[in-house]
Amino acid sequence: MTTLTMTRATLLKDLRMEWRSKDAINSMLFFALLVVVIFSFAFNPTAEESRRIAGGLVWVAFLFAAVVALNQTWARELRNQVLDAYRVSPAPPNALFLAKAVGNFLFVVVLEALMAPLFVVFYELRSVGPLWQLIVVALLGTWALVVNGTFFAALSIRTRSREIMLPLILFPISIPALLGMVDATTAILTGEASPDFWIKMLAVYDVVFTAVCLLLFETVLNAE
Amino acid sequence: MTITEAHNPAGVTAPSLPLAMVLENLVKFFGRFAAIRGITASFAPGRLYVVLGDNGAGKSTLLRIVAGLMEPSQGKVELLGAGKIREVAHRIGYMGHAPLLYDELSGMENLRYFAGLYGLHDDRICKDAMSMVGLDAELSRRVGQYSQGMRQRLSLARAVLHNPELILLDEPFSNVDVRSAREMAAVLGQVRDKGKTIFVVTHQAALMEGIADEFVHMSAGQIVAREETARRADDQVKTTS
Repeated sequence: MTTLTMTRATLLKDLRMEWRSKDAINSMLFFALLVVVIFSFAFNPTAEESRRIAGGLVWVAFLFAAVVALNQTWARELRNQVLDAYRVSPAPPNALFLAKAVGNFLFVVVLEALMAPLFVVFYELRSVGPLWQLIVVALLGTWALVVNGTFFAALSIRTRSREIMLPLILFPISIPALLGMVDATTAILTGEASPDFWIKMLAVYDVVFTAVCLLLFETVLNAE
Repeated sequence: MTITEAHNPAGVTAPSLPLAMVLENLVKFFGRFAAIRGITASFAPGRLYVVLGDNGAGKSTLLRIVAGLMEPSQGKVELLGAGKIREVAHRIGYMGHAPLLYDELSGMENLRYFAGLYGLHDDRICKDAMSMVGLDAELSRRVGQYSQGMRQRLSLARAVLHNPELILLDEPFSNVDVRSAREMAAVLGQVRDKGKTIFVVTHQAALMEGIADEFVHMSAGQIVAREETARRADDQVKTTS
């Protein structure tokens, strides 16, 4: 039984459950939609201004929406104490973590794909830089958010106010990644600077934090 | 019935077989409260043990430690000859107080997933486990819509579907009607007859009369008595004659 097989099985199970309940995706969509509409009413920016602020705006919407999904990640495992069934099995703990992280990644990517056209319409966005770079930043940035988010959500499952705990732990540790996402997005949208440094930084951040989370997850899973 | 001392490994009837479980000076603290207070005991394989005791006696805590869900504050647990529970995880089945099932999935989908955790990918195994506990494998209803009794049965199926040698069951009959509970107890007897070692934590001792091999009495975090049943005494007489 390999980690990959178990990751796939757990991921498919989670996707099936999400497809049936739509808990995470509905709440994320609602939240992100709210941010887009309210900010567009509040700012009513010109196309030029939009390009300057969109980097921050987009990632604020996705970050908060992702937190909603991340809080749901382990809730399913706590209901009926199903997590115990996994813990007593010989399945590798990291398979569970990877499945949850990949699942969250897919949910947030779907959200980004659905919300991107709305951002373009509401903020009259047009990218000056190459579009493929935006896609790279979106993928790297989303992984940075979900890998840490999944880990810290697991860390806070045994705390009473876990929905408050998660952003409290996640946001400070995500500051370097958020900085990279926002600056890279703004650089690509405005075309005023090269986003290369920020993209590299995001890639390094992703590798480092994925490795650290994988190393520590078993301890977190078995903590009392 | 014979009552033996808690620290006397009464179950050791076949010395050639490795013991199913050895507990050595097991202690568990929750803060300053000692839930388990120095349990030393050993249990022979192929027998059905019923763990009895009042609320707060430490039964569930003991079972969770043995299942590897909790670390003891002191002491050692040896299962099926292995010092590390993780090494024999595939040979242990655990049924918790909660059903340990996903409400959003059907019974078969649940079992398929949990079988996969043990490297089993044959649907027949899941179907056999479901029919063993008297559930219809074709039932497409989600577990969230199951009755409490059906959940308990499915939970039992989940715990035994990988054919474990050591089965740990925490309150398997809670919220189950008497008829279903009797049927589940009979299933446990059949599983034990196949050579499996079973530990059942329950308050319903009467259900296990005639099926259990030994009653293990716990109080205030200790095993205070071990009582062999008439069934076991009969078996021993038959073996001797």
